[in-house]
Amino acid sequence: MAKLRTRSKSTPAGISKCPTGIQGLDEITGGGLPRGRPTLVCGSAGCGKTLLAMEFLVRGATRFDEPGVFMFFEETESELAANVRSLGFELPELVRRKRIVLDHVRIERSEIEETGEYDLEGLFVRLEHAIDSIGAKRVVLDTLEALFAGLPSEAVLRAELRRLFHWLKEKGVTAVITAERGREHLTRHGLEEYVSDCVIVLDHRVHERLATRHLRVVKYRGGMHGTNEYPFLIGDDGISVLPITSLKNDHKASSERISSGIPRLDAMLGGKGYFRGSTILLSGPPGSGKTSLAAHFAQAATQRGERALYFAFEESPNQIERDMRSIDLQLAGPVKRGLIRFHPSRPTLYGLEMHLATMFREIKAYRPAVVVVDPITSLVVAGSTSEAQSMVTRLVDFLKTEQITTLFTSLVDDTRSLPQTEIVMSSLMDSWILLKDVESNGERNRVLHVLKSRGMFHSNQVREFLITDSGIDLVDTYLGPTGVLTGAARVAQESLERSNSLRIEQELARRQSALLRKRAAIEQKVAALRSEQESNEDEFRRFDARARDRVRALDVERTKMGQARHADALKGMHAASPSKNGKSR
Amino acid sequence: MTARKTARRKPAAVESETGRWDLCLYVAGQTPRSRTALANLKRICEVHLSPRYRIEVIDLLERPELSRSDQILAIPTLVRRLPRPMRKIIGDLSDTERVLIGLDLRSADRS
Repeated sequence: MAKLRTRSKSTPAGISKCPTGIQGLDEITGGGLPRGRPTLVCGSAGCGKTLLAMEFLVRGATRFDEPGVFMFFEETESELAANVRSLGFELPELVRRKRIVLDHVRIERSEIEETGEYDLEGLFVRLEHAIDSIGAKRVVLDTLEALFAGLPSEAVLRAELRRLFHWLKEKGVTAVITAERGREHLTRHGLEEYVSDCVIVLDHRVHERLATRHLRVVKYRGGMHGTNEYPFLIGDDGISVLPITSLKNDHKASSERISSGIPRLDAMLGGKGYFRGSTILLSGPPGSGKTSLAAHFAQAATQRGERALYFAFEESPNQIERDMRSIDLQLAGPVKRGLIRFHPSRPTLYGLEMHLATMFREIKAYRPAVVVVDPITSLVVAGSTSEAQSMVTRLVDFLKTEQITTLFTSLVDDTRSLPQTEIVMSSLMDSWILLKDVESNGERNRVLHVLKSRGMFHSNQVREFLITDSGIDLVDTYLGPTGVLTGAARVAQESLERSNSLRIEQELARRQSALLRKRAAIEQKVAALRSEQESNEDEFRRFDARARDRVRALDVERTKMGQARHADALKGMHAASPSKNGKSR
Repeated sequence: MTARKTARRKPAAVESETGRWDLCLYVAGQTPRSRTALANLKRICEVHLSPRYRIEVIDLLERPELSRSDQILAIPTLVRRLPRPMRKIIGDLSDTERVLIGLDLRSADRS
């Protein structure tokens, strides 16, 4: 009682929560089970009640420093230890370290004779002793209803169970009581009547021959909780509950870009490729090159020194390696260096839950930077549409939280009429690239286009791509009257354009030489004219010289004639002084 | 009358053993019910088993660990340790007929 009082004093008003440590369950319940109160977990046989209860206890003992008592009424201790060892819980070790007490209550109806009034004080003493021996904070009563089969008087039992639940609350332990699912009530013996704080229902349904487990919080007094039915998985490391829509949607969005592995595809994606941590859906019909594109993506990661995890649901790793070798993608090397890990599995091998659990575990163990799921459609057909959607949602959520860039390939029959699942799935994806087969002129060619790519400018061009022996390449675009030309039509167009351009070049050259010739001719003419001018000038100079000589000669002649004819008059007529001078001389 | 009938059956059960009856009554504290049970047990033993019996009373409040090792849930519980096989009888032993059946001192089909 003293313990109880200190506990209730230390916890704030309202409901304090006791984390279960079970992946997803604490999210749904907003932090865990009601602390210091009993929780009823009911479900049909084999739906995982015992495992859930045990994980609650083991996590408490190992993570939250809350030792626990596991009191069980049906299995034997060795059976129980063997069952939970498959989840990686080492019970004997926890028992040895006094973190957990296992108490098997064996009731043999045939050995018991009722001879009068009794109560279950023995059970109380026993439980209290177990709790006190290790200071337990958590208690599990696994299939308490076995008491109804083992003890004769139901009236006594009911009164005692009521007292037990009350006692557990007083004791201040967080208890999980498991019970079989009943036909009319939640539990076969109506235990829900005694547990009013929290009731969780588990079930195990088979849909299309594949079993899926579900968990639902039916009741949670005074607490907010997800009311949906959530699928849950039992994996190698315990239970994980998958909220259909994650309660948190707040993963950070990186603006870092990473290459698609094909430079010209990067160019179409705003020049830089995908965002890190984004999801890419690659839809296409069979043989459209999905795996090749995916392998390029994975290889690009290894070239950055990052790790790539490749979930192969259709082909074996060997086959992928061989096929990719034919287009000069060497995957064996990165695989050997541990940069690529293939995880092959058959989609039909088990249900969605197990696939998802396996994928989570692989991703957590390998910690890759990029993940390829090839193809996601194989998984989607393994469950119903809504299950598949919830699974993909959960997977995408998980990958985004981990900042892992993921490429999902998706097999579609006809890209003109996409199936509903594809549309639904695509809304979870950041980038959606559609691969198509284009049939024309009696041949089939591959084209791709980026249907959407959030947060970046992306090309709206439909591009033909070739799978060559040196990898995938996007070729130049040729538009014809009917759209993008592919294959032979593109080649024809290419050669047509080539010959056109050749013709133009030739014409240009021709004109250029003609021009040169003209210029030469003109230059020649100019030279001729210039020389003509020069000869004219020469002639003039000669004439000029001759003319001067003539004038001088005439002058001399006249003087001579004057002297001869004594032309003084003439001399006087011309100038008085010179003739005077001449006369004096 | 009851004594003669049990006397006829008794040797079969006891002969294989030493002829001793070893009984153990589990109680939790001195409650009226546990006192009633002990009184009833003593009376039945005196009538049907005297003098070859031994009664041990175990108070689980004093030795709680025995509740686990001896697989005790109901209080009071009477355990017949000898003769073999072990038998468990729950309740305050006020129904003498059923006690005798439980102790194999009387066959169930006669009741």
